[in-house]
Amino acid sequence: MKQRIEDILQHFQQVNRDSLIPVLQAIQDEYGYLTEEALEEIGAQLNLPASKIYGLATFYNQFTFSPRGKYHIRICNGSACHIDHSESIRKEFKKQLGIGDGETTRDGMVSLEIVACIGACGQSPVIAVNDEYYPKFKSNRVKKLLDEIRSMHQ
Amino acid sequence: MKELLPVLAEQLDESLTPEMQDTLTENRRYTLTRPLILLGMNTSGRIAGADSIYEALHTYLNDREIDAEIGETGAIGLGSEEPIISIQLPGRTRIFYTNLVADEIPLLLDDIFHQTIPREKLLGQLRNDELDAWQDIPFLDELPFFGKQQRVLLRHNGIINPLSIDEYIANGGYGAFLKAIRMHTFEEICVMVEESGLRGRSGSGYNTGKKWMVAQQTPAEQKYLVCNAEESDPGAFMDRALMEGNPHQLIEGICTAAYAIGASRAFIYIRSEYRDSIRKLNAAIDQARAYGLLGHNIFFSGFNLDIMIRKGPGAFVCGEETALIASMEGKRGMPQSKPPYPAERGFHKKPTVINNVETLSNIPHIVMNGPDWFRSIGTKDCPGTKIFSVSGRARHKGLIEIPMGTSLEFLVDEIIGGASDNRTLKAVHIGGPYGCIIPAGKLNVPVCYETFRREGAVLGAGGILVLDEKTCIVDLVKYFMGFMKHQSCGKCIPCREGTKRMSELLDEITRKPADQDQHDTLEKFRGLIQLEKLADVMRDTSLCGLGQLAPNPLISSLRNFREEFEAHIFDRHCKPNVCRELRTYYIDVELCTGCAICAKRCPEEAIIGTERHPFFIVSDKCTGCGICREVCKFSAVFYN
Amino acid sequence: MIKIEVNKKMISVERGETILSALKNNGIKVPTLCSMSELSPTGACRMCVVEVEGYDNLVPACSFRVEEWMKIRTHSARVLNARKTNVELLLSNHPDDCLYCERNGNCELQKLSEDLNVRNRTIQGQKCNFKLDTSSKGIVRDPAKCILCGRCVRVCEEIVGVAAFDFERRGEQLRIATALSEPLAFSSCIECGMCVISCPTGALIDHTQFQEIDTSLDDPEIIVAIQYTPEVVVSIAEEFGFRPGTELKGILNSALRKIGFDYIFETSCGGDVYVMEQAAELATRLKRSEKIPMITSRCAAWVNYVEAFRPELMSNLVPVRSPHQITGKLIKTWFTSKLKTKKHRIHSVLITNCTAAKQEATRPDYYTDHTQDVDFVLTTREMARLIRLNGIDFQELEPEPADGPFHAVSSAGKLLATCGGEAEATLRTVYREMNKKELQDARLSKLRGHRDVKEVTIPSQKGEIRVAAVSGLKSALSLLDEVVSGKRHYDMIEVMVCKDGCINGGGQPIPPSQPAVKARTRNIYEMDKNESVKSAHKNKAALKIYEELARSPGSDESRELFLASFEHKKVLK
Ligand SMILES: Cc1cc2nc3c(=O)[nH]c(=O)nc-3n(C[C@H](O)[C@H](O)[C@H](O)COP(=O)(O)O)c2cc1C
Ligand code: SF4
Ligand code: SF4
Ligand code: SF4
Ligand code: SF4
Ligand code: SF4
Ligand code: SF4
Ligand code: SF4
Ligand code: SF4
Ligand code: FES
Ligand code: FES
Ligand code: FES
Repeated sequence: MKQRIEDILQHFQQVNRDSLIPVLQAIQDEYGYLTEEALEEIGAQLNLPASKIYGLATFYNQFTFSPRGKYHIRICNGSACHIDHSESIRKEFKKQLGIGDGETTRDGMVSLEIVACIGACGQSPVIAVNDEYYPKFKSNRVKKLLDEIRSMHQ
Repeated sequence: MKELLPVLAEQLDESLTPEMQDTLTENRRYTLTRPLILLGMNTSGRIAGADSIYEALHTYLNDREIDAEIGETGAIGLGSEEPIISIQLPGRTRIFYTNLVADEIPLLLDDIFHQTIPREKLLGQLRNDELDAWQDIPFLDELPFFGKQQRVLLRHNGIINPLSIDEYIANGGYGAFLKAIRMHTFEEICVMVEESGLRGRSGSGYNTGKKWMVAQQTPAEQKYLVCNAEESDPGAFMDRALMEGNPHQLIEGICTAAYAIGASRAFIYIRSEYRDSIRKLNAAIDQARAYGLLGHNIFFSGFNLDIMIRKGPGAFVCGEETALIASMEGKRGMPQSKPPYPAERGFHKKPTVINNVETLSNIPHIVMNGPDWFRSIGTKDCPGTKIFSVSGRARHKGLIEIPMGTSLEFLVDEIIGGASDNRTLKAVHIGGPYGCIIPAGKLNVPVCYETFRREGAVLGAGGILVLDEKTCIVDLVKYFMGFMKHQSCGKCIPCREGTKRMSELLDEITRKPADQDQHDTLEKFRGLIQLEKLADVMRDTSLCGLGQLAPNPLISSLRNFREEFEAHIFDRHCKPNVCRELRTYYIDVELCTGCAICAKRCPEEAIIGTERHPFFIVSDKCTGCGICREVCKFSAVFYN
Repeated sequence: MIKIEVNKKMISVERGETILSALKNNGIKVPTLCSMSELSPTGACRMCVVEVEGYDNLVPACSFRVEEWMKIRTHSARVLNARKTNVELLLSNHPDDCLYCERNGNCELQKLSEDLNVRNRTIQGQKCNFKLDTSSKGIVRDPAKCILCGRCVRVCEEIVGVAAFDFERRGEQLRIATALSEPLAFSSCIECGMCVISCPTGALIDHTQFQEIDTSLDDPEIIVAIQYTPEVVVSIAEEFGFRPGTELKGILNSALRKIGFDYIFETSCGGDVYVMEQAAELATRLKRSEKIPMITSRCAAWVNYVEAFRPELMSNLVPVRSPHQITGKLIKTWFTSKLKTKKHRIHSVLITNCTAAKQEATRPDYYTDHTQDVDFVLTTREMARLIRLNGIDFQELEPEPADGPFHAVSSAGKLLATCGGEAEATLRTVYREMNKKELQDARLSKLRGHRDVKEVTIPSQKGEIRVAAVSGLKSALSLLDEVVSGKRHYDMIEVMVCKDGCINGGGQPIPPSQPAVKARTRNIYEMDKNESVKSAHKNKAALKIYEELARSPGSDESRELFLASFEHKKVLK
């Protein structure tokens, strides 16, 4: 991983504090999450304390320090989806999976994230599984959806 | 088209040769050699299923070996009716279909290629006097949704191909920028924009030209222009529509603005989730560079400009300009005290103008048509148009562009057709997470920064959430407060702690009380009264707009919907039945057969009984999840 | 100078200064929480808000500059209400632990709520359940009492230069955290305690060993020996309301005796041994021209820093224990055998100015037969508390001498309290060692004063000895950069993590104060002036130790006893 991070850093013309966020984004895109090693390596390159990088990364929604599930489920919690009961969809997922927001099931299969507006308020409520979207979703479809995901991996 | 640019810039239509004219009409998509099918491939269209339509179109054309062009376009602005496709046969006007599913494509195209126009799911045709119109099909501008809008910025949305600079230029694009750099000085552009009276469309309402002037007159060897495309209000999608539907309009606005303030570097700070916008902006920037509209010594004017995209890693508060700058500098997005304002001391301590996407998209029109034209639209205080994004329980949801000063009532009743499913309109929420909820009876306010301010509301960025009788105001206020407490950067005490306390109190009044005694209720009510005082202090002492405005939804709703709050507190009752925890579930002894299914499924183990005898719900334990009611085969569970 | 109107009166203020400093210079007090005099304002706490005519909202005095036309009201009803409400917000979910809190009586939040007349809980908040972080030996973190003012973050980054902390997450979830939220002991923190003395509340406190000391004192089988550093002597008086710099040495002895400590020693005798060892080391290195510059290792926080961040410098460090660890070792060996008692029956306690010393005491090297050479460490503040706990009134006490065999001291061991003092003391001895004669003027004024970097060159028969003393980690690091790059050259560098040295250590009275530091320093130099024995090598007690135990400074015997070793520590930095 160290090598890859160095490669990514190579990609940026000048690495300075301005490029900290783009660098973290590139690493997150590549691995899906950030690691201790990444903090160390970037800190060394940019001459920044690890605590500052950690502090920055935890400020923003995009960065995470735990691997996401194979199926990453995003539930829209924008205002339009909220009044169309996205809350009950969220509760149902939590109940079915036994995990909370931002967590991943123990087998690493499914993870949950609550996001602000996904971008199709006209079709609320909306959820997404990886890059596939489910407009006008209902909480009673949750179980079936999860069954499908699981059956694909039997 | 590249060669045509200088000619077009002179605005001398006579000097166009016939060949040039042909190129133009071709690029305007007036003359076609083969049928053209355009698909709304913006984010919302794709979520609604545009990708599968695209496949279906391809398969159809391949299977039948039909020579037709499939193209991509942005959102025309009818989000609730997506996916939308439009079809143009050579010589005929373009027709639009909505709400399509992939299976319907073969039949639809069969008919159209045989010159018959199925009426089902047909929206209308696009007016174009140079082409043959279809009989008995309404023009789009005859539909209330489109006809009652005044589309300036959205004119080309859903019609042109956002990935084609040629199409943009053929429709007059980049004329304003070239006019600016060839015929006007920095100051002239600033003055022109100031005179136009354009005010920041992010909700700031600040005179754009004035802001530019400050940056322009602050001496510095480097200045920056930043386009604020963070758009993180839930329910706001105007900026995204502009970027996905017509990115060159924004690029041209950025170029012109950068010229006006003397910035050689511009940034677009955009939410990383806006992947499609980023893709299109990148393409547009590359094309503009290839056409010499960006780069070194642009069109021999001596002006240099480069535009870079910065992906915001997700934090609402980064829309605030000083936080945005902190984020661009690789720091936590915490706002800073102003003054100094960014226009004097911003990114890397250099003068930096930050403008919203919609603000900048206005610039080419102002420069092209002049400040007087701009002031002829809208009101004296707020000239121009404003785009609103409508979501929630509206009949038509999507993008609305209307002149400033139009009443909210007109927008709701005439354009979007009121509430959906023939329900009663209850209220309209406008202004984003720190906006206000305006009751249905009070909608007769003109949209404009000043009138809204006078009403104690904010216009905000333009998100409108339509609420019908089945929505709960308390619940919605709780939602916004929860959003704010999570999005506050946490730097200052009034905002960080204030939003948390308010949110906790709202949580409590929408939840079943631990014990039902009167004292508790009164405490809550006292707490609520206390909140008004707290809100004043938050407004008075918070560092940035987020904390200052965060109490808005709560305070305005306490005024306008007091009885609803009281019902929640005193009667523990939520009339629209949204606050589940306030429901009291019970089992009808007559109907219950004692099958015990509900008891097994209740997550709280709140149902007890012996099999084959009626069961009971222990209301103290019940959280109102409603599962028992769902699972009872004998419909024996009720609530009140 | 311009004039502005404040509370209906015109005052003269400097153009361009902040409202806060203008008010302060004119004797008008507004409360602050987040602002720190050495650092630029962040405007985070909003406690300093004032009303400025023409502004819709209140403005924070700390981050607004005065303008000619300003009309300011600092204590209008609106302002007072705003400040009070903000304090009430902080209190709404505060643990309300005042009676049990380390900072009871010395807490800025408590003081604010008292000053603003907060008399009932108008805002109810849900209490948060946080765990204490007790992982570090020096410092305990109690996040529940943290008001997120960010002072610790800024001190650690901008003044100390370690940046062990930052803010984590945002909004309601905002916390102070180390990288990856590791417990403090596993973070890059070097335990200097600067954050502790900067914290306005009880969120960062000493990792105290009160209970253990109490138990030892109570146990008739246990002999408790206590040593105190010279820094404590010149600062503990402040805790009892005396003028800074007042020296209470004799009185401290009688207080300690009253509390029940069996033997009372001064650390400075160990300091003299330390100076002799260091001088011997420097002489040897100069002779062999190796491991130059010699870098001092007396500052425990500095050792922590080198081990974690700059392991390549470990070989330049002096491999000798700090004075209190030397004294601890002597208590557990020499003194124990003198008493003819067993090691585990004697407990040794240290009162010090330094939080890092608490952690230093647990270093694996510093054990004798499975017991720590220094069993318990108290900061100056904790010592004051122990004195109060025992109901001792300083006014009533007569000065008493400390106990032998460590009390015949020179002023050299006392100079170690200040930055530059260590170099000065070492030079006095090394000069004698190398030139076989005493320095003409023992007072090296170039090494005195409150600058970060001080240097002196001493002529010597075998070439000059170039010495620098640097206080503040940041200054030390930039100095070392210049040394590494060859821009500067020194034979010895004294490094103190705390600005102005241990006299301003992380275990000293709260709040820290620059005038107090100056007064304490003055007192130390006063002692040097008045003391007839000014060099370590003339201290009879120290010489006796060598005679009986360790042959001579730098000998194998002394190294065996006083050796310190260093090890690369891997932390996320
Ligand atoms: C909490 C907060 C969030 C904001 N979010 C945005 C945003 O998402 N997009 C935006 O354009 N402006 C946003 N703004 C406004 C900007 O700070 C700034 O005023 C604006 O970009 C100026 O552009 P304008 O003059 O074109 O309106 C926000 C302001 C605040 C206080
Ligand atoms: S008002 Fe809120 S978002 Fe703004 S600086 Fe203060 S805490 Fe941060
Ligand atoms: S509503 Fe839910 S919690 Fe209440 S009784 Fe029914 S199943 Fe149980
Ligand atoms: S499921 Fe219905 S019928 Fe069966 S025990 Fe419950 S309430 Fe009675
Ligand atoms: S930190 Fe201060 S206010 Fe909080 S419990 Fe301790 S003394 Fe009281
Ligand atoms: S200050 Fe008040 S609460 Fe505290 S101990 Fe005294 S009487 Fe009790
Ligand atoms: S003790 Fe020193 S190094 Fe550790 S966190 Fe505090 S200031 Fe930083
Ligand atoms: S630990 Fe203390 S200094 Fe640090 S933020 Fe909290 S209250 Fe402030
Ligand atoms: S300078 Fe002194 S008080 Fe400060 S950390 Fe070092 S040894 Fe401790
Ligand atoms: S609110 Fe869910 S898609 Fe916009
Ligand atoms: S919270 Fe409201 S209708 Fe319920
Ligand atoms: S002291 Fe001014 S805002 Fe904190």
